[in-house]
This record gives sequence, C-alpha cells and structure tokens, in this order.
Amino acid sequence: MAADATTDATAAAEDTEAEEQKETDERREALLSELSSALGDSVLATHIDPGRDVWARVAIDAWAEAAEVVRHRMGARYFGFLSVIDWMPSPFGRSMDSEVDKALGTDGDSGTDETDEPAEMHHGVTGGESRFQVFARVAKVGDPEDHWGITLVSDIPESLEVPTWTNTYAGADWHEREAWEMYGVTFTGHPGLRHIYLPGDFEGNPLRKDFPLIARMVKPWPGIVDVEALPEVEPAADPGTDTPDGSGTADDGGGS
Amino acid sequence: MTAVTDRQKLSYIAAQAADARVNVELETEGMTLNIGPQHPATHGTLRIVAQLDGEQVIRAEPMAGYMHRGYEKLSEVRTYPQVTTLINRIDWLGSFANEVPFILAAEHLMEVEAPPRAKWIRTILFEMSRVANLILFLGDMGVQLGAVTPVFYAFRDREFVLDQIEKATGGRFHPNFDRIGGLKDDLPKGWLESTKSSMDKVRSFCDEMEDLLLGSEIFQERTRGIGVIPADVAMQYGLSGPNARGSGIDWDLRRDNCIGLAYDELDWKVWTHPDGDSFARFWVRLQEVREAAKMIDQLCDGLPSGPVMAKVPRIIKVPEGEAYVSTENPLGEMGYYLVSQGELTPFRLKIRSASFNNVSITPWLLRGVYVPDIITILGSLYFILGDIDR
Repeated sequence: MAADATTDATAAAEDTEAEEQKETDERREALLSELSSALGDSVLATHIDPGRDVWARVAIDAWAEAAEVVRHRMGARYFGFLSVIDWMPSPFGRSMDSEVDKALGTDGDSGTDETDEPAEMHHGVTGGESRFQVFARVAKVGDPEDHWGITLVSDIPESLEVPTWTNTYAGADWHEREAWEMYGVTFTGHPGLRHIYLPGDFEGNPLRKDFPLIARMVKPWPGIVDVEALPEVEPAADPGTDTPDGSGTADDGGGS
Repeated sequence: MTAVTDRQKLSYIAAQAADARVNVELETEGMTLNIGPQHPATHGTLRIVAQLDGEQVIRAEPMAGYMHRGYEKLSEVRTYPQVTTLINRIDWLGSFANEVPFILAAEHLMEVEAPPRAKWIRTILFEMSRVANLILFLGDMGVQLGAVTPVFYAFRDREFVLDQIEKATGGRFHPNFDRIGGLKDDLPKGWLESTKSSMDKVRSFCDEMEDLLLGSEIFQERTRGIGVIPADVAMQYGLSGPNARGSGIDWDLRRDNCIGLAYDELDWKVWTHPDGDSFARFWVRLQEVREAAKMIDQLCDGLPSGPVMAKVPRIIKVPEGEAYVSTENPLGEMGYYLVSQGELTPFRLKIRSASFNNVSITPWLLRGVYVPDIITILGSLYFILGDIDR
C-alpha cells in the first residue's frame, strides 16, 4: 500500500486553475518581500512575469546568503541549475552566416549591422552593471498546491570571483565547474574546480562572447544550401504572412 | 558561518555509511578501477574512476565530456528554427520532448500561442517520446543485472512507437517537428487508430516486464535497498523526474506547471514510491509508461479539430526578454533559459538537462557500495550521455 502513494492530478489542477492568474502573482510578490526582508538592501532589483516566473538580483556579497535564505527560510529545496551569462554583444555576429542574412533581407529590419556598431550591453530583465552575471534557479517542489521557482541573479565583479553555493546546494558542484571552465569565473570555496567537459589543457573560455566559433568563421553552415534553392519564393513573400519560410530550414508555415 | 553546512552533513553521513560498510578488520590494498568510457553500462561514453577497497568503492568520480558538442555556443549563431535541429540530439531517445520547452519559451517571448490541436498533438508526441525512451530503460535495466532477454522485447516493442513517430514526423530519431506557433504538419490519415493499437502493445510489454523482472527474486535482491537516495538529498542535487518520484517527492511538472500542453485536460496519476532505491526508480518508470499509454489513448480520442499552426511572421525574431520554461521530459526536468535580444538568434541559451543533475549525485551515491552495484545504480538513475554532455 505504501508504495502506491499517489495524487489525483486533475483534482489538483482544477483547484489551482481558477485562481492561477491573480493568486500566483500575489504569491510571487510575497516571495520577493520575504527575500527582501531577509536580505535587506542586498536585493537590488526584481522582476515578475505574472503567473509564470520571478527574478531577483542580489549583491554579490549576499550571493551565498541568498542561497541559504531561499533554501532554508523560503523552502526552495530543489536545485535547478547555476550558470553564468556574458552580456557583451558578440564581436563576430553570425560570422559567415550574416552574409546570408543580408542576401535574404532578414538583417535589414533595423537598418544597422550589429558588427559595425560599438557594442553596448543590454542587460536582461533585472538590469545589471557588470559584463558577467551569475544566475541560478531553485524551486519549491513536492507540493502541488504551492509550486514555484525563482531565478537569482548577481553581478560578477572585475575579480571574477563568486562565492560558492556548494555549501547550501551540494548539486551546485558540477554546475560551478562547468561555469568555471566555460566563463573563467572562479567560485571561491568550491571543493574542487576541475574541468568537466573540456580537456585539461584547453585554453580559453568557450562560452565567452569574444571566444570565436572557428568552424563558423571559415565556412558557413552547410544548411544554408537550402536557402539558395528557394529564390522564386522570395518575390511573393510578404512579412507577416505564413508563406514558406526562407530562413534556412524546412520551416513551412502550414496553415492555409 | 560556524554551523555545520549541509554539504558537510551529507559527506558526514556518506562517510559514516561507507565506514559502516567497509570491513576495517580485513584491510586490503586499495585499487583503482576504471569503467568506461566505452562500457555497456554507461549508455555511451561516461567514464567512471572508482577507488576500491576490496570489493567496495571508497570514492567514485564520473567523468563526462567525451561527447560534449557545445550546443549552448552553437545556438548563439543559429536562427530559432535551426536551433530545434540541435536540441533534438540532446536526449536522443526522446527527441521530440527536447524541442517542446524551447519552442514554448520562444512562443512565450513572442506572445504567440499554438492552436489547441497543435497543443494536443504536441502532447501526444511528447508522451510517445516518453514511451520510446522509458521502454528501452525497462529492458536495459535487465541487461545491467545480467538478464539479457528483456532488452530484446524492449527493442521489439519500441519499434511500434518509433514507427508511429516516423509516420507523423518523418523521422524516427530526430523528428524536428515542432515549430514556433504550432507544428510542421497535421497528422496523417489513420494515424490515431494505429497509435491506439500500438499502445496496446506497449501495455502488454509492461505486463511482460512486470512478469519477467519485477517478480523475479534475483531482480529484487539486486535492486531493493541499493542506491538509496533520501528525498532531501535528491532535491539538493536537483534530481528530477522518475528519480525524484522514486524518492517519494510528489512532483511532476506535467501536473504542477502545465504550460502549453494538454495535460490538465486528462485523467491521469502521478506515481511516487517512498523507498528511494533502485527498485523504486524502476517501479516508477514502469508505472509511467502505463500512464503515458493511458494518456495517449485519451488524447487520441479527444483530439480537437482546427489548424495546427498559428500566424507567425515569416522571419522569426524573438523580442527582447528572458524566459525559463521547463517540462517533464522522460529523464526529468528539461528546461531552457532563453535570453533574447530581439535578433535572429538566441543571445544565450542555457540548457538545463535532467541527466546532468541526475548523474552529479553519483560521487555521493557510490560511496561504500559493492562493485556490481555501481552498474545497478547507474542503470537505475538512467541517463543519456547526450543529455549530460549537451
């Protein structure tokens, strides 16, 4: 009997369904105020996507403490992932493929070519000041009535040092190793920052925007051959309709 | 902080468990055992280096990366429609399921919603991916334990499911069928009937597995109490899907966070097992295959009519924004953190794959176990190398 512990999915769904729109927003507001009351001024910016998601940007000094707070006080015991983002616009654009974009006119909407402009950083929904940001997602799971996840973000200082989360979430171990090798960000206090994907003698940090994707710089993606076969479709194409697509795959719009 | 941290607590518990199991009176010379990268138990190229004391593991370290393909970097130079061809290959046994959360994330940022029929067909194909994936697990688990027969049945019956996927999408392994705004095509004629009859075969396969494996004394001896993961440890390491439910965590994204799919209109159950051992993980997966077959039947019966594609621009540019969408894939929580800056390509695509987290628990889990149990535990955690290495 004990092995058959089950929950009726549809009943749970019905309960939350009606209240979903308004209730969860209040729930997420409450989450943020709980976080703010624990961390004080260290919560720098927040963002709510109503009914779906919530973000909070905290100061880097409070990064480790934020993990403690969400795990122990707020109950987000489930560790989703941890990673880093490089906000510097890529100096390479789409490399060889950008030629194809121009030929198709797909690059012409803004009238500018990104690669020529001096790059300006657009930070995401919670803003930011630094080139690199660390972000992690944790969630409360196991309770069908109260299921939420939160994305925590923090600016990484010039020293590229971030306090480790492994003391709070043991599962952050591999994620921090990955972020370390891919972005060159050091996680202070991590029990063993070793390569996880790349060979030990690999130089550079591949996911940084200024790390070129060499294969794409010397040869365009072979898939663009498909694009060349479709020139007769071009004149009839009218942006905003679902005529067959020319952007590189067999992405025909279907419909009427 | 002066308090004992959770990590210390965990390693303390693990060390105690290891000490209790390692026979200190018969001190033996340590030895290092290398398993893989080419080994049948690793489902690809995962290498495990285990330090042994006699027959027991003192320390085990999995080494990933032999198949790292850099999808996060590649997706930064590929347009949105092109990205789905990449992410098909993450979990190659349930490839359609990989596409869905990415498409949902892009649709959310574009404020496009797929028509109801597309949602339902997505759900059917999603569940068929689950069946195709988990059937192989059920047979494969037998092989890990030395029972060779079940895997032949698994490959035989998985073929019926793959045939259906091929009929609908044109691809057995990599459908690339999901589009922003809907699906590439509608279903072919007669597909629903043949799908329902293939589900009967799936059900009889589950009964066969139950007879062949679950009831077997050898199977029970080798899986009961092996590789026990407490619920809190599972959550700390981010174990999801059947691995979490096998530890008694009542959590299923299909029920708790059903976005863009038709699960909330179906009658089904989330199965959990309180034991947290290898047997529990096998048992939960077996029930999930049955549950998926039940869901597919309901979906085929209630499939709404209408178009399968919403109006989307000819050239897809996703507006600036960030979204994280995850779904309950065969292996666990599969999520995409999509950062768009209004261009043709994603600015950053963080792929949160289930197996990466599921396998990261192994150094903790393998301490103190016997060598044959390494294979049992890895088999019951059930990972796909493409899902670890991305």
